[in-house]
Amino acid sequence: MAAEGGSGIDPMHQFRVEPLFGSGDWAIAGHNIAFTNSALFMVITLAVLWLFMLGGMKRALVPGRWQAAVEGMTSFVTNMMDANIGPQGRKFTPYVFSLFMFILFANLIGLFPLGVVPGWHPFTVTSHITLTAVLAFFSFGIVLVVGFLRHGFHFFSLFVPHGTPKVMIPLIFVIELASFLVRPFSLGLRLFVAMTAGHILLDVFASFVVQGLNAGGIGYGVSILSFIMIVGVSALELLVSAIQAYVFALLTSLYLNDAINLH
Amino acid sequence: MDLASAKVIGAGLAAIGVGMAALGVGNVFGSFLEGALRNPGAADGQQGRLFIGFAAAELLGLIAFVIAILILFVVK
Repeated sequence: MAAEGGSGIDPMHQFRVEPLFGSGDWAIAGHNIAFTNSALFMVITLAVLWLFMLGGMKRALVPGRWQAAVEGMTSFVTNMMDANIGPQGRKFTPYVFSLFMFILFANLIGLFPLGVVPGWHPFTVTSHITLTAVLAFFSFGIVLVVGFLRHGFHFFSLFVPHGTPKVMIPLIFVIELASFLVRPFSLGLRLFVAMTAGHILLDVFASFVVQGLNAGGIGYGVSILSFIMIVGVSALELLVSAIQAYVFALLTSLYLNDAINLH
Repeated sequence: MDLASAKVIGAGLAAIGVGMAALGVGNVFGSFLEGALRNPGAADGQQGRLFIGFAAAELLGLIAFVIAILILFVVK
C-alpha cells in the first residue's frame, strides 16, 4: 500500500502479515504454511480465552469474581440466543459463544499497549478480510445446512414473506434472494472495516505525536493534543470492539433464527 | 486529468458517504434515546434492535469507505 503523507506516514504497516521465527519457507505440497504474526496472535487469543474460561470452571455455588465474569459472558450469549431464536437455538450456543468470545478477545488484544516495548506492536487478527470472511462464511454455511436439513426445499419460502400479493412474488423473491446472498459478505466486511478503520485512525494520531515532537515549538502542543485524541479514540475503539463482536454474534443468531423458524 | 489525481478526488468524494453514515448512526441512537426517555421501562428490552439498527446503518457507511479504498488501491 502506498505511503501516505509527505513524511513517510505509513498507517498500513501495522497490518502487514510477516512470517516469524524464520518460517517463511515452510510449505506443505507447495502451499506456504509459514507461522506468521497473524497466526501468533490467533494462538495468543486462544491462550487468553482458554485461561479465562479455565478460571471460571470452579463450579462454586456462590461464584467468586472470576467465575461470575465467565458466567456473565455465557449468560449474556445464551440470553441473546434465547431472545432471538427460542429454545431450539440451544444447540447452537457453543458455536455462537465461541464466535463472540474469539472476536471479542481478538479485537481487544489488538488494542493491547504492547507498543511500550520498543519495536513491538500488537496485531489485530480481525483486521484482515481473510479471517472475518472465513468466520462469516462459517456462520452462513451453518445457516444453509441447518435450513436445508430442517426444511428441505421449503427453505425457499423464506424469500417470499407472508401476505405478498401473487403478482409481486417473482420480483420479491429475487430481491430477498439477493439480500440473503449478500449476508456473509456484509457480516465479514462490517467487522473487518470497523477494526481496520479504527486502527488506521489510531496510527494517524500516533504519527502526529511523533512528528510534532520532531518539529519542536508549536509541535509540542500538537503532540499533546494528538495524545489526548489517542486516549479518546482508544476508549472508543474498546467500545467498538465489544459492539462489533456483539453485532456479529447477534446477526448470526438472527440468521440462524431465519433458518430454524423460517419466519 | 491524470489517473492518480482522479483517484484521489474520487476517494475524497467517497468519503462524503462515510460522513452521511454518521448522520444515519446518530439518527438510530437518537431515536432510541428519545423513546427511552419517554418510556424507560421498555428501553432495556429493545436494546437488541438498537444494535441491529446501528449495524445496518454503519455497514452502509463502511461500504462507502470500501469504495474509497477500492478506488485508491485497486483501480489501475
